[in-house]
Amino acid sequence: MADLLADITAYLLTGDDEQVSSLTRQALAAGHKPKDILDRGLLAGMAVVGERFKAHEMYLPDVLMAAQAMNAGMEHLKPLLVRDGVPSLGKVVLGTVQGDLHDIGKNLVAVMLKGAGFEVLDLGSDVSPARFVEAARQHGAPVIGMSALLTTTMPMMGAVVRLVKESGLAGQIKTIVGGAPVTEKFAREIGADAHGFDAANAVERVRALIGR
Amino acid sequence: MRPILRLLDDTLIDRILAEARDILATLGVEIHNPGILALLADHGARVDREKCRAFLPGELVDNALKTSPRSFKLYDVYGRETHDLGGHNVYFTPGSAAINVLDLGTSAIRPATTADYIRYAKLVEQLPHISSQATAMVPSDVPPNIQDSYRLFLSLLHGRKPVVTGTFTIDAFQVMKDLQVVVRGSAAELKGKPLTVFSCCPTAPLKWSDVTSQNVVDCARHSIPVEFISMPLAGFVAPVTLVGSLVQHTAETLSGIVIAQLTNPGTPMLYGGSPAIFDVRYETTPMGAVETMMIDCAYNEIGKRLGLPTQAYIALSDGKQFDAQDGLETGMGATLAALSGINNISGPGMLDFESCFSLEKLVLDNEICGMTLRLIAGIEPREDFPARPRFEELLASKHLLISKHTRRHLKQEHYLPGRVIDRANRGRWLAEGGLSLHRRAQQEVERLIAAHQPPELSPETRSELRKLMEREARRYGMEHLPHM
Ligand code: B12
Repeated sequence: MADLLADITAYLLTGDDEQVSSLTRQALAAGHKPKDILDRGLLAGMAVVGERFKAHEMYLPDVLMAAQAMNAGMEHLKPLLVRDGVPSLGKVVLGTVQGDLHDIGKNLVAVMLKGAGFEVLDLGSDVSPARFVEAARQHGAPVIGMSALLTTTMPMMGAVVRLVKESGLAGQIKTIVGGAPVTEKFAREIGADAHGFDAANAVERVRALIGR
Repeated sequence: MRPILRLLDDTLIDRILAEARDILATLGVEIHNPGILALLADHGARVDREKCRAFLPGELVDNALKTSPRSFKLYDVYGRETHDLGGHNVYFTPGSAAINVLDLGTSAIRPATTADYIRYAKLVEQLPHISSQATAMVPSDVPPNIQDSYRLFLSLLHGRKPVVTGTFTIDAFQVMKDLQVVVRGSAAELKGKPLTVFSCCPTAPLKWSDVTSQNVVDCARHSIPVEFISMPLAGFVAPVTLVGSLVQHTAETLSGIVIAQLTNPGTPMLYGGSPAIFDVRYETTPMGAVETMMIDCAYNEIGKRLGLPTQAYIALSDGKQFDAQDGLETGMGATLAALSGINNISGPGMLDFESCFSLEKLVLDNEICGMTLRLIAGIEPREDFPARPRFEELLASKHLLISKHTRRHLKQEHYLPGRVIDRANRGRWLAEGGLSLHRRAQQEVERLIAAHQPPELSPETRSELRKLMEREARRYGMEHLPHM
């Protein structure tokens, strides 16, 4: 029985979405709880992926392949998880700040967050502070992630952090910032809750932010 | 013979051009600028306004290429010709828009300031193989909205060489143009003698943002030269193959050429770029990768096939400190670029994926550029034939150190680098302090900056420049410009 879940993990590591999809169905048929398949099959695999990526044993395309395989399994699990009332890992509202069109790094962060099991609401680029905060409020997202690549647009991150506070959402919504010119120090100065230096690091930081 | 490197043959170039044109006609290009979409529609492009997409028929591309200048010149702040961008002429320009500077004393990477910028501008003046200034750093001590124009202001105040620059917003264009008009005396003078080149970037894949496409239009309207900086990232937002990335680069650049030439036929342009491979291990865009350099040299060949002057971000490094990786990557890039005849070679001084500038590196890179320029001057006979008289002289006097032939040709034949390059024997090297490359470069930086003579702009011009910049600063909440 447990082997099925281990197989899911193993196939996820090789990025084989067809196998992961069919094994997930088999595991359900064999009576595994959806939550177990998620935690001990899919997410266990993605955790290994994260480790191997950091250790330079896996590269970005391998990670994306694994994420795709994870999504193939999730297709079957999602409706059941919702039915069982299993909360999702968490929603993250993500976007590149107003005036800035650099979205490559932000897109990578989105892919990695999704791969790690987060729900990502990607608002695209050139996103105004109001849109960030409105989207987080509307979807009950506990995290807003912002990307900026220009020194001229970095101050918009501060504007979002302020708007979160002014809207009285400071406790409920955490903010994380990133992008090449953005530093840990800058994050502290504007009062953001976290900073991430790359996409894998973003996943770690978001996990820490929402305590998972 | 001028040595020339070729990576593509004409058959492959023509195929790449044909594929790129097919893409422009069938998949089109996304342009987030209603004015430009209207302009394109007026000239026969099919436009889907809702999706912001324009489909460019081959004829439109052909017509744009017909009015594109084959070469153009740049002039320094005094109006003296400095560049003839065309053919296989090669000029070096520092890298652009670094956020950080490598601190000369501590080697820390920190945000650049006005003081750093002024030291940089003075240094560039003193480096003979760097032909233009670039607005190389973004001073962090002024409000973000003037960080682009302020760099140009400082460069015009402290340097003579033409400036490769660009705006970060649509608004900043006005003052960046006005500053140049002040230096030249009138808009007509500026048109006749371009002082700057503006970088304008399409967004990979096949897209133009409102800001950057408007920059193209604004430059074209005032006949300010444009360099198109298309950045396919091979394997990420462009095909992983070098040929596939070249097709994308070609399509993006041709779309820019169409926008510029429709706006104002004859607008001077550089067929440029800053492509890179995407490093799947580190999620980065290595400028020092050999494949990145190959894409650069190859699109330059495509530009040349179209008869256009070219540019590339190529002589730079991804290292974070002043170290051997910098020399390796910059040296290789500069050499390949010069052999390819890229007209404006951008990069010297730059580290860390175009985000950190180093004055020590600029001094070292100036030597790389000097050697590279010597390389492309090639090997020519100079009173060498018949050879016998020279050898008779040598056999008779045992050496040619003071021969007339030597004295006539020494400087032309041998490039003698500046003090950063160590060619002393060990005894002399020790006697002169046994200095590392880094120490020698630091000393050169200080020596050259101390020897700088400010350009002789008239007091009226200086105060006009200052007034313009101060007005712009006040618009964005800064009462007094940083102390210089
Ligand atoms: C590609 C690129 C572009 C492309 C962008 C395409 C796109 N769809 O994004 C184009 C060509 C459009 C472009 C345009 C411009 N660019 Co640009 N661009 C770059 C370049 C070369 C690489 C950026 C990149 O994609 N890197 C790869 C990704 C994967 O890395 P990343 O973005 O850093 O993201 C990683 C981390 O930072 C982190 N991260 C990112 N976001 C987030 C968010 C969160 C929440 C977290 C936790 C982490 C995180 O994780 C990511 C994955 O590892 C940089 C140079 C550089 N070194 O950054 C210049 C650079 C940023 N650009 C610059 C400039 C000046 C411009 C223009 C103004 C040029 C012009 N005059 O037109 C325009 C601006 C247009 C606008 N308004 O935005 C300057 C900025 C200088 C400054 N003062 O800030 C730079 C530094 C280059 C330079 N030296 O000139 N650019």
